[in-house]
Amino acid sequence: MSTHIGFDFTPPDVPGKVTGEIKYAEDYRREGMVFARLLTSPLPSGRVVGIDASEALRMDGVLGIFTADDLPPVAPPGNPALASEYVTYVGQPILAVAAISEEIAESAIEKIRIDFERRPFVVDPIESLSPGGANAYPEGNVLVRTEEEGPEGAPIRGAEIRDVKWPRSAIDALKSGKEPVGGEFTTEWAFGDVDAGFAEAAAIVEEPFVTIGYPHHSLESRTCMAYWENGKCFFHGSSQSQSANDNGLARMLNIDPADLVFINEATGGGFGSKIGPYPFMAISGNFAKVLNRPLQLRITREQEFYIGSARSGMQGWIKMGVKADGKVSAVDLVIVNDGGMTGGGSHNSSAQHVTVAYQPENMRFRGITVYTNTTPRGAQRGPGQNEMAAVLAPIADKAAKAIGMDRVAFRRVNAIDSDGFQGGSQAPVTSAFVREALDQGMRTFGWNEKQALAKQNGSKVRGLGVGIGFHGAGGRGYDGLVRIGTDGKLYIHSGVGNLGTYSYAGTCRAAAEALQMPWDRCEILRGRTDNNLPHSSGQGGSNTIFTHTRTNWVAAQDAITKLKEIAAQDLGGNANDYEIGDERVFASADPSKGLSYAQAAARAIELGGKYSGQEYPDDINPITQRSVQALAGSGLIGVAKDNIPGQGTPPGILVGFCEIELDKDTGKVEILDYTAVADCGTVVHPKNFDNAMRGGAVWGFGMAGLERHVYDPQNGLPANTGIYQSKPPTYLDVNVNTKMGAVNIPDPQNPTGGRGIGEPTQGAAAAAYASAISDALDGHLFNTAPTTTDMIINHLAGNDYSTKSLKTNTF
Amino acid sequence: MNDSVNLQLTRRRFIKGVIFSGAAATSGAGAYLAANAQSGNGGAERLISLTINGRTRRVDVPPTETLANTLRYRLNLTGTKIGCNRGECGACTVLIDGVPNYACSVLTHNIKAKDVISIEGVKAADGSLHPIQQAFIAENAPQCGFCTPGQVMSAMALLSNNPRPTKAEAAQAMSGNLCRCGAYEHYLNGVLRASGQIA
Ligand code: FES
Ligand code: FES
Repeated sequence: MSTHIGFDFTPPDVPGKVTGEIKYAEDYRREGMVFARLLTSPLPSGRVVGIDASEALRMDGVLGIFTADDLPPVAPPGNPALASEYVTYVGQPILAVAAISEEIAESAIEKIRIDFERRPFVVDPIESLSPGGANAYPEGNVLVRTEEEGPEGAPIRGAEIRDVKWPRSAIDALKSGKEPVGGEFTTEWAFGDVDAGFAEAAAIVEEPFVTIGYPHHSLESRTCMAYWENGKCFFHGSSQSQSANDNGLARMLNIDPADLVFINEATGGGFGSKIGPYPFMAISGNFAKVLNRPLQLRITREQEFYIGSARSGMQGWIKMGVKADGKVSAVDLVIVNDGGMTGGGSHNSSAQHVTVAYQPENMRFRGITVYTNTTPRGAQRGPGQNEMAAVLAPIADKAAKAIGMDRVAFRRVNAIDSDGFQGGSQAPVTSAFVREALDQGMRTFGWNEKQALAKQNGSKVRGLGVGIGFHGAGGRGYDGLVRIGTDGKLYIHSGVGNLGTYSYAGTCRAAAEALQMPWDRCEILRGRTDNNLPHSSGQGGSNTIFTHTRTNWVAAQDAITKLKEIAAQDLGGNANDYEIGDERVFASADPSKGLSYAQAAARAIELGGKYSGQEYPDDINPITQRSVQALAGSGLIGVAKDNIPGQGTPPGILVGFCEIELDKDTGKVEILDYTAVADCGTVVHPKNFDNAMRGGAVWGFGMAGLERHVYDPQNGLPANTGIYQSKPPTYLDVNVNTKMGAVNIPDPQNPTGGRGIGEPTQGAAAAAYASAISDALDGHLFNTAPTTTDMIINHLAGNDYSTKSLKTNTF
Repeated sequence: MNDSVNLQLTRRRFIKGVIFSGAAATSGAGAYLAANAQSGNGGAERLISLTINGRTRRVDVPPTETLANTLRYRLNLTGTKIGCNRGECGACTVLIDGVPNYACSVLTHNIKAKDVISIEGVKAADGSLHPIQQAFIAENAPQCGFCTPGQVMSAMALLSNNPRPTKAEAAQAMSGNLCRCGAYEHYLNGVLRASGQIA
């Protein structure tokens, strides 16, 4: 019987958040600390010809200037911490100035003169692909993978930036919603026979679409503070991940990972932009070393817009064939991704969304990522999948309508189940119960009842929508580490980061569950390397719940085995004769015969060897090995790598139902109802599940209705660097009476039954919202994400200039 | 001495002590510069008295400094967060004479005669949490927590003016506090819980 999994609890960092006592990177101060500030590029594209810092360096209080020359070179299209010869976007950091106060550092920046040579720039990928279009880099606009024959016939694989242009006919075709025949792609895959699939179709829909990237705007701008002591670097950062950062950050600092203490108790949001060590981290750590002073580098909100990364946009075309029974027989998909100044694009994940949401019998995908002189792009909550969900939902609605099928029924026919597949390789999933989620959501939302209600009310028109969100939600092969102390308490070491999802805590419940420990007798150690943390996954990709309930489970199983072995050694019989309960290990035949956990821990220390961490399994990661070595002799150690057998992607899937009211006079959309049901296995922590679901829905409404990059195409300048202009949803933009549910069917490949759900929460909401807008407007397809108020008003006025050209990033 | 460089041609560092530049004496990267630092922040510091969380605090503040800065960097009251530093997010919300204000948009010199409550002043003297704090914990309201101190302050001000707000009234009252994590509904449920409307 479950005692922890599926029950509410208060993660230990919540009280510190409501009192303000928990510390983020910027809240730390250190004796002798100095401050650095960044000088950033005013140009979208150019060459740095000269830097005159003489006046700044003469200022009292200025300690030094740090440039790209102080760091290893980064080849384009990598994202250097500081630009060297070329700048490729407005806001790109060029140098950092350190001073004894931030004010002096800022004044010094104003005194630095940089001579630039301007270069042509481009902010729209299709413009760059057009004949004669500008390239974001001097070398070109697209990263092309290369393969040459090496000396022994072994291929040498590489990548280079090339200048790729499409024929005008292909550009025009894409812009007018047709297949861009003759266009070059860098990623292509197919399964089945797409032509045969279309031949079988009773209806075919063919549409262009565009999604616009936008910044993460984590509320905490990334701050780093570093200092060095006895060759060790103590690094306070703002990251989503904890021990997954160790190796990469140590590499940036040119030290052995054993000499890094990465401290990150709390992080003010990440949403994909802080998964791993980001380039900017290299500045504070290395600058602090050069100056031999603790150094804090805090950036402004505007700089967070620049360097904090953003979602890639898409410009694309899709053709979907549907059989009379509703089954999707063929999909042909083309995506041009916006890579910004760096970023691989997420088109493959967008295509993966199509495979999971509709399980097409035949499919072809072609994609290419084009660099633009806009901010760096990277992972953002369900990158690829979620924006695809937003534009695909109304298109799928059109397909359903073409064969006269209810939109939910259409999704039910095509829903993935446990025998289904994901991606171009049609790989398996661990389990999936989307039909159950659709049925449950339909009932809770009242889909059929709401269909029967009047649609028009004066100038206001109601719309109903349904959407599906998906993201792969789990990994394998990481380590778990627990310790039973001589005080009888369970210490759960977690290398999972803490960006506010609380999965670091939820996953620790698996160890408590396995060892049957009351939660108030458990303590989580995390947040800094010297808390002796195991090797954990990066805190991204919705993976943690699946990945680390498993690691904590296997570590606890190792502890249980050791408890039983110790009991058998001391009390006779063999390990199988013992069981655990009530913080004891005892003989099954005679429960009075046993040891308390505290006694067993003391015995583990006496016995040494594997029992108290002097020995450990060969297959654990060096990060975990170091931690076990540090803990050796301090209690009974449970440590193991997750070798639980199984295969397939654990899917996080969500269905959303949305009811909106659209005012035809103003274009304003009000969300009247939102219901979502998740297929994420067992819900590990219900209250937190609700918050993740609702937070994701807020993100979904932002994506589908509000947020986008806007660049001035004439000058390449960003027009909305601040929060206010970026328009992330506020209290007044969203529905605050949502209904969240889960099918709650355990995943067979996780001992606790859980899978992740963080990312698809957004995709389902975005899709349902877009579907509802289309429904309100009698099936009109905007084929955009976001669909903003001005686009709606323009449509109603019979003016389609804001949605028809596939333009992105511009206005 | 000319520090202009062509980045293509040189690999030169601008670290004092590595490159000796200008008039300031350098003795390696020590604390040598602190003594004769010029204030780059627009005006001389003046000693003023502030009432923060019921205590009188005497602090040197230049006339251009914002309250958020003073609280965080001079008084070490780091619970007040800076999310934007330009009046767009509400992370820095404090109460000034009971009214929620963005501390990043208030000059410290202007609040000399006023009562300021920051998040550190919300707990009772015996350390027990304010009902709104308890309710936010019960609702698991914060996600990343960076907006939470500001949400607490706005919710407190709301409840002192309107002890039983509806959810819609609460949403209006707190709409100046952005939550990028989107935890809105949980904060609102926290307000309803603290006002005894849900248990
Ligand atoms: S920091 Fe003051 S409003 Fe954002
Ligand atoms: S909890 Fe993260 S910004 Fe509100």
